[in-house]
Amino acid sequence: MGELVLAARGLSRQFGGLAANKDVSLDMHRGELHAVLGPNGAGKSTLINLLSGDLPPSGGQILYRGQDISSWSPDRRSRAGIGRSYQRTNIFPAFTAFENCRLAAQSRAPRALHVFSRAQNYDDLRSAADRALEQAGLASRRDVVAATLSHGEQRQLEIAMVLATAPSVLLLDEPLAGMGSEESQLMVSLLQKLSVDHAILLVEHDMDAVFAVADVITVMVTGQVLESGPPDQIRSSLAVQEAYLGGGEPDDE
Amino acid sequence: MSSAIKTSRSALLATLLVLSIFPLFGSDYYSELLTKIMIMAIFAMSLDLLVGFTGLVSFGHAAFFGIAAYAVVLVSPQYDPASLWLVLPAAVLAAAVAAFVIGLFVLRTKGIYFIMVTLAFAQMIYFVFHDSPLGGGSDGVFINFKPELRIGETQLLDLGNAAHFYYIVLLLLVATYVFLRILLRSPLGHALAGIKSNEHRMLSLGFPVFLYKLAGFVIAGALAGVAGFLSACQFGFVTPEILSWHQSGNVLLMVILGGIGTLNGAAIGAFAFVVLQEVFSALTKHWQFLMGTVIVLVVMLLPGGLASLTQRVRRLLVGGGSNG
Amino acid sequence: MDLTTFLIQLLNALQYGLLLFLVASGLTLIFGIMGIINLAHGSFYMMGAYMAFALTSATGNLFVAILLGIVLSALIGFLLEWGLFSRLYKRDHLDQVLLTYGLILMFEEIRSMIVGDDVHGVRIPEILSASIQLSETLSYPVYRLFMSAVCIVLAVLMYWLIRHTRLGMMIRAGSSNREMVQSLGINIDLIYRLVFALGVTLAAFAGMLAAPVSSVYPGMGNQVLIICFVVVVIGGVGSVWGALVAALLIGLADTFGKVIIPDFAGLTVYLLMAVVLLWRPEGIFRRI
Repeated sequence: MGELVLAARGLSRQFGGLAANKDVSLDMHRGELHAVLGPNGAGKSTLINLLSGDLPPSGGQILYRGQDISSWSPDRRSRAGIGRSYQRTNIFPAFTAFENCRLAAQSRAPRALHVFSRAQNYDDLRSAADRALEQAGLASRRDVVAATLSHGEQRQLEIAMVLATAPSVLLLDEPLAGMGSEESQLMVSLLQKLSVDHAILLVEHDMDAVFAVADVITVMVTGQVLESGPPDQIRSSLAVQEAYLGGGEPDDE
Repeated sequence: MSSAIKTSRSALLATLLVLSIFPLFGSDYYSELLTKIMIMAIFAMSLDLLVGFTGLVSFGHAAFFGIAAYAVVLVSPQYDPASLWLVLPAAVLAAAVAAFVIGLFVLRTKGIYFIMVTLAFAQMIYFVFHDSPLGGGSDGVFINFKPELRIGETQLLDLGNAAHFYYIVLLLLVATYVFLRILLRSPLGHALAGIKSNEHRMLSLGFPVFLYKLAGFVIAGALAGVAGFLSACQFGFVTPEILSWHQSGNVLLMVILGGIGTLNGAAIGAFAFVVLQEVFSALTKHWQFLMGTVIVLVVMLLPGGLASLTQRVRRLLVGGGSNG
Repeated sequence: MDLTTFLIQLLNALQYGLLLFLVASGLTLIFGIMGIINLAHGSFYMMGAYMAFALTSATGNLFVAILLGIVLSALIGFLLEWGLFSRLYKRDHLDQVLLTYGLILMFEEIRSMIVGDDVHGVRIPEILSASIQLSETLSYPVYRLFMSAVCIVLAVLMYWLIRHTRLGMMIRAGSSNREMVQSLGINIDLIYRLVFALGVTLAAFAGMLAAPVSSVYPGMGNQVLIICFVVVVIGGVGSVWGALVAALLIGLADTFGKVIIPDFAGLTVYLLMAVVLLWRPEGIFRRI
């Protein structure tokens, strides 16, 4: 098990009277893929939002390499190396796939004061973008306007953009949502490859994919952690089976 | 796509040519009108940077125009012409500093709020000049001599000379246009475009969005200051009305009339607006009614502004197909 | 400042704030429910004032004039929404800003063509023309107290309408999910039309009410509009309660600002806004 990179300690988030997340604790280690499962309304989206900084916590702590980052803004966390992909495709529709990734890579080398230079001319950004597109399997669609990509391709672009920012931590919110089986397999093998030298948090509904790639699984129910452990432990846990409507596994999306 | 670029590039050059030789043939009245149009074009392009390229709808842009104009008057000595070396940078700097300070406040808001607070801050500046003795209050203030450009003892340019002034304006118009085109191709420009497209994602990708918006806001304010400087020099007279929200509304109209996010459109819109204003006010004292009607019609019928009109005409002529 | 003068200023602040609330509540309702930013809202205030002037001159009675004016305003609001504003719901804020700015120009000129550009006064009706004696030398006009009272009554009525009626419930629901409300069989178009007409009428009524005190002049609508924007910014878009609190704050800031720093009196309101912006960019309250 690699170093502890990102840790949530007793995280909670209230919306008025509703506790979307209550006392959630979770560890992310380098080289480990940590999946988060749970029925709808379990608080998985809230958890990712708390970790990425899109939502401020009502209580608890988030530690990144030992530092308390609970009050850090999303952009600050991203610059520190925490990358996030979204469940609802969150791209730049009018730009090409390449430009989407190039802009994402630019966040690492902003060169904002270089007013008289052409953004397109920077080789480092160009190669970072191309590499990210390659990894996500989108190299052939490089110059296509993002809005005209298929839904599955847009999900791939979603991932490519995060990869272009060269993060050490990946927070992935249902990357497989709406993908066909071939694309899903591509994504799963990409995740396996990435998990070697990143710390990955994966929120997903696709059970087969999760049990194929996850090193650790945390199951959440109604905002709290029900159980956490290696896949075998979760698979045979009675508590988990009960949580998912008495024994059966939930349907895929 | 490339044919569209070619036509617009040749159109640009043709326009530049016409503008360059116009004073040699046109009457004084029309040269002066064209000067006014060019100044407004600079003003409108500066706003297009905000509205069309960053997605920030500012209804208070006249504040920076006006602050620069007042700076010209306040910095000019009473009995001598001011030096261009001093006055132009002073005016632009004043506008940029104002944009920085105001930006710190207004850029904390978004959407509807942003429109309202920019309007409110501009009103505040209006009241500062209107109520205080700072610039002669509501009466306004004169400069006795227009600025000049000297090197040593020789006077190179006298802004009081209509021809000199025309070419200074043309030069600054071209410089502003070129600068903005370069800026938009730069990393900063691409970041602003990203912010317009999807601000939330820019934040999540690690861009300090607030700082970028502030940069755009200050640059736009400084360029509005260039226009304000020229405006003060053209008439030699400045009143609080140049800071009024009517001015802010008019420049916004110019940008939209021409087609936001095209830069050329801002200049086209400035031209169309000034011409319409001249024509309508010659027709009736209630010319604002006609202007208002034009505005309403343009918004309802021409969502892309006048710049999209050429696209539509082209499509009609060529027939279907390309996206322009 | 002695106690009586302070009391008078306080009453002035209250009256100004409540009147502002009346106008701003219409603006914030239309923002919050239909998502439309309407620059011409100040023109409705002006319209009401000029209506009060014209109809009082015609009928000789301010109350009758106001009643007629209310009916007229509601009708105008209804027609405007049906003919023009209903097409703006899908457009972005920029288009709305520009179109309504064009409307301001049109309304101003229409007013100029119909009634001219003079400044007019409207006489306070006999029964309300007295003054209450507060001290040996100072008194307070009954009409201003009447204005405040009417505004308070309307504020209460609005609260009751929004919180305790079916219509109010539909209004609140319609603001968050137009399609769902429609699918429940409720005529959302009619509701939007009613809300818009209500907003117009509130602004016009405020103008009618204020006419005797502030006199009737061109440009009065624009001044009110910008202050209303400040009210909405401070109070939070869509929050009627926020509009009330913000309007009262502004009333206090403006009135006492005039006394404390008379040279820069116009600035106090904007300074207040700047302070609030630093602290809470989304307004003190939010939502309905």
